Formats: sequence, C-alpha cells, structure tokens
Amino acid sequence: MDLQSILLSLKAIVPEMILTATGCLVLLYDLLIPEENRGVHAGISAVGVITALFSVLWFGSERIEAFSGMLAQDTFGSFFTVVVLVSLLLTLMLSRSYNDWEGIQKGEFYALLLFSSVGMLVMAKATDMMTIFLGLELLSIPIYVLVGFDRKRLSSVEGALKYFLLGAFATGFLLYGMALLYAATGATSLSGIAAFAGKENVFGNTLFLAGTALLFVGFGFKVSLVPFHMWTPDAYQGAPTPVTAFMSAGPKAAAFAAVIRVLVVAFPESHPFLLKGLWVVAALTMTVGNVSALVQDDVKRMLAYSSIAHAGYVLVGLVSGDRLGGQAAMYYLFVYSLMNIGAFAIVMLLSEGEERGYAIENFRGVGFRYPVLGALMTVFLVSLGGIPPTAGFVGKFYLFSAAVKKGLILLTVIGVLNSAASVYYYLRVVVYMYMLPERAEEVRPRPVGVGVALALFIATVGVIALGIFPKGLLSFAESSILSIFLS
Amino acid sequence: MVPESYYLVLSGIMFAVGVVGVVSRRNALIILMSIEIMLNAVNLAFVAAGSYLGDPAGNVFAFMVMTVAAAEAAVGLAIVIAIFRHRETVDVSELKELKF
Amino acid sequence: MQEYLPVLLLLAFAVVAATGFMVLSGLTGPKRFERGKEDPFECGMPLFSDARRRVTVKFYLVAILFLLFDLETAFLYPWAVLFRKLGLFGFIEMMVFILILVVGLVYAWKSGALEWQ
Repeated sequence: MDLQSILLSLKAIVPEMILTATGCLVLLYDLLIPEENRGVHAGISAVGVITALFSVLWFGSERIEAFSGMLAQDTFGSFFTVVVLVSLLLTLMLSRSYNDWEGIQKGEFYALLLFSSVGMLVMAKATDMMTIFLGLELLSIPIYVLVGFDRKRLSSVEGALKYFLLGAFATGFLLYGMALLYAATGATSLSGIAAFAGKENVFGNTLFLAGTALLFVGFGFKVSLVPFHMWTPDAYQGAPTPVTAFMSAGPKAAAFAAVIRVLVVAFPESHPFLLKGLWVVAALTMTVGNVSALVQDDVKRMLAYSSIAHAGYVLVGLVSGDRLGGQAAMYYLFVYSLMNIGAFAIVMLLSEGEERGYAIENFRGVGFRYPVLGALMTVFLVSLGGIPPTAGFVGKFYLFSAAVKKGLILLTVIGVLNSAASVYYYLRVVVYMYMLPERAEEVRPRPVGVGVALALFIATVGVIALGIFPKGLLSFAESSILSIFLS
Repeated sequence: MVPESYYLVLSGIMFAVGVVGVVSRRNALIILMSIEIMLNAVNLAFVAAGSYLGDPAGNVFAFMVMTVAAAEAAVGLAIVIAIFRHRETVDVSELKELKF
Repeated sequence: MQEYLPVLLLLAFAVVAATGFMVLSGLTGPKRFERGKEDPFECGMPLFSDARRRVTVKFYLVAILFLLFDLETAFLYPWAVLFRKLGLFGFIEMMVFILILVVGLVYAWKSGALEWQ
C-alpha cells in the first residue's frame, strides 16, 4: 500500500480510532484517580463519543474502500455508526448514576463499553468475512465481561456465563460457515463470494450451501432469532440495566448491519433460497418473543423477550429483500434503540436495587405519584407497541407496507397480529401505573441525575419527533441502503 | 500425499465432536474445551482450504481465529472462576438463579 | 500403498515385541507385592502428597495473562520475517499494536494483577 491509500484508509476509520484512544485513556486515567472520583470516566467517554459523532459529520460519507477491501466507508456504515454512537451516548449517561447506586463504579466499565462499540463500528463497515468476524468478536468479548460486571451478584455472573457459552458456541458456527464458504469460493471478501455465486450453480454445491447455512445460524444467535434465542432473557435480566439497554440497541443494530450487507452484497443471486428460511425465522421470532413476553411479571425480563420479538419485526424488512424493506429495517433499528433505552432507563429508576428485581408491582400507582416518570414510560411503551403518533408506529408501518408491496401477505398478517398481542403486555404496565392503587409499601424512584434526565429527554424527543417527522431519517436510511445496493 | 479434501472431512468430524461436547456436557470447563475444539476445527478447515487454493488468506484467517479464541478463553475462564466463587461448582445445570 | 509397507512392518514388529515382553515377564518373573511398589515414580523421591489436589486460584490469573500476552507472538513472528518487505507502514502498524498491548500491560501491572500477595 502506498502512502495515499494508507491515509485514505485511515480516514475511513476515524471514529474507531477516536473511541479506541478514549478507551485507552480511560483505562490509564483510572489508575491515577481515587475511587470516589471515578464517575468522571463517563464524562471523558461521552466527550470521546461526541467527538466521534462529529467526525462522522465532518468527514462525510463518500465511499472509501479501505485497507485493500477489508472495510468500506459508505453512507450505510455511517448510518449504523450514528445508531451505535447515539446508543452508546445514552448508555453512558445512564451508567454513571447506576454504577454509583450499585457500587460498581469502575473505569473498566466505560473502557469496555467503548471497545465494544469499536467492534460494532468495524462490523457495520466490514466488507470481508475476516473483518466481520473481528468486529463481531471485538463487540462480543467486552459485552460478556460487562454482563458479569457486578460480580458480587450471582445473577449477573450467571447471565454472563450463559451468554458467554452460547455466544462462543455461535462464534464456532459462524466461523465454520465462513471456512466452508472460503473453501467453496476461494474468497473471503463479500464481493468475491458474490462473484462465485454469480458464475457457478451454487445449488449443487454442498460446501457453499452448508457454509451459508452455518453462517446464518451464527448470525441468528448474535441477533437472538428464534430458535437461537435461549440466552437472551437470562443475559438481559442478569446484566446491569444500562448494559441491558445497550445490548438491546447497539450490538443488535451492528449485527443486523452485517447481516444486511452480507445479504445484499454476497448473496444477491441466491436470495430466494435464503429468503424462504428467513421468512420462517421471522414468523417464529415474532411469535415466540411476544408469547413469552405475555406471561412475564418482571418488567426487565418482559422487555428482554420483547426485544426478541422486535428482532423479528426488523427481519420482516430483510425478508422483503428490496430497497424499501432495508430502509424500513434501518429506520426501525434506530428508533428501537431510542425507545428501548428510554424504557430501560425508567425501569432502572423504579427499582430498589438489582437484588430486589423489577417486579411489575413496583409500577402500581406510579403514574399519579410521579407524573413525569409515568408519562415518559407511557410514551416509550406506546411506541414499542407501535401506536401512533410515535416513531415505533411509523417504523412498523413502513416495515409491513414494504412486505405487502412484495406480496408477503401472510407474514404481514402474522406481524400485525403479533404487534396487537404485544400491545397487551406493554399497556399492562400502563394499567399498573395509572389504574391500580398504590402498594402499601411506597416505591421511591432513585434520584434522577443530570445524565439520566438528559438521556430520557433525548430518547423522548427522538421517539416523538421521529414519529411526527420521519422523512429526514427515512431519506438518510434510503441513501444508506442505496449505497450498498449500487456499489 | 493426503488430498486436502480429507482435511476438510477431518475438520468436519472435529467440529461435530465439539458440538456434541457442548450440547451433552454439564461442566462449564468441558464446554469451554469443546468450544475450543470447534474453533480448532475451523482453523484446520481454513488452513486446508488455503493450501488447496494456494491462497494465504486462509492461513491469515487461522491466525486471527487463534488470537481471538485465546481472548475468548481468557474471559470465559474468568467468568467460570467468578461463578465458582459464588457456588463452589462449575456445573451449568446447577445455575437456576435466572428462571421465571 | 507400496511406500507404506515398511511402516506396517515396523508397526507389526512393535506390537509383537511389546506384547511378547509383557507376556514373558508375566510368566517368568517373581511376584512380590509391597507398599512401595504401588507408588508412582518420582525420581526416587519419597511421595509427599496426592497429585490431584486443588491449586490456588492465583495461578488462573497468571495463566490468563500469559495466554493473552503470549499470543501476540502469532502476529509478531510473521511480521519479523517479512519486516523488510512491509517497510515503514508495517513498522508503524506494529508499533500501534504493541502500544495498545503496553496499555493493557500497564493496566494489569498497576491494578496489581502481577503481584503474588
């Protein structure tokens, strides 16, 4: 590589470099300061994240093929970079107070969040199986640690072990799929696989088919699609709540980014074969996620199951397999990050510590006693349930209308029915807040600091504003998905 | 010379051994070892395919898998120790804290 | 298959010789049992404890750190072999890699992971 292309490559990974440097800085600075000042790391990290966000805007998103085709900067990558960085920023705002309450205020927490986000950004930009794998692992390994970060609490460590074992198992499948695809096609780049699939008859090629199937099993684990979702409720419930909020937003968006890129770039020809499988998985994921969420009495676990269902909705967009579906899926992933982090933030405020759990009973009468908290929670739940005028409604509307245009009537019907069922358990929380008498023992929310208040403000404004004026984000998503369809 | 396709078959067998180990064993450490067997099967497949194709990318990929597997094993062992400190056991079927 | 013949012959000889010696010594040798014979050999040292005992958990930390810092060699070695070909870019890239590792080392050192207490 000559100097010119090296500099161009570096330009494509500016946000990653900023986050890595911030992470190292936090890690080293943590050694110098006394224990009680450690909250400052949240601020340092937030400065790094905001700088990275500005760098995305500053450098634009014209297409750059970086590092001999391992990574590409394009509008698609920038879209997911923004999604990940916004989720990370909200998570940082929540974690500072939470870590004080639970007594786990440590610099490593923030460094791990930053490193994990670097993995997500790499994954969103990866155009080669090698970088997809490295991004995925850089994403996952810090998250394993973060889930078990509260190591004095057994449920946290237990969630981490379950997540780790199944995550590493999934990595094995993903990698074996990559190895078989490499053996079949002789290429590790997505475009190389596409070139092979365009030339040869892949339906007779056992290696190619087995490799593709294993690759998608691996992805299925990572974005928690049924039947590979077993780890999700345990890991989500055990993890410290800000980490749960982050896991349901950032890593999911990044993994979906890789899935979308693989589908569009590497398998444009063999689409019908894959789409049949994804159709079934989407229907199963929505149904199993929602039905399991119906019977939960712990709000945190309920949101964990509902996040499985939401992965199913996003998958409907991928099954549509065209520009409209992809655009709707991306819009939904962004909106989902905002409303889900918001909902987890309120759940976090209303708990009396992780040990006591997040029973729905805690929500009794909250709506009258703490009107702001009640109103915000209602906004997030209404949006998650897909009721207008929120962003959740717009997202679902676009997802399902893209599916209808493609003639996927049955899948749309399943999706809409599921969405209706989900309204039941979301509104159940609202009923507890506004229609049931208070418990004898009063639930006091934890004190709302500046960070948490700001995070709630951003999430609420986002959910409502994107519901009323969705055009801007939709056209950003459209130009993003076009940037990989046309490349 | 043993043809390369034999190595692919061997790696398939190794991978299956690993999967069966993960699914059937209850000891977290043995599950961890089974996962390592799966990853080594992947390495074998990559190296065999790379040598068959005369392409170094397979070997490079195997290096990446090795280092990542080490990082993963380190984190996994640490989590297993944390569990052991709580429960004095590494049997995954004993872990029932998180059930509804 | 021609070239495998010597291997097969060697294998057959090894099996015959090994079983032959075992059978012969079993038939002809004296059989006296005493406690010392049951012990595993430890270079003539008297046995002091069972080998299957628990070791302190501190070894785990050392092992984990060793595992992580040892594996950088997997990248350093190919880089060293191709050092001239990779040129300045390769050098700078590897320095960045090592710098990040050093951050990790400093962190592990300062947070007391290398102390044996």
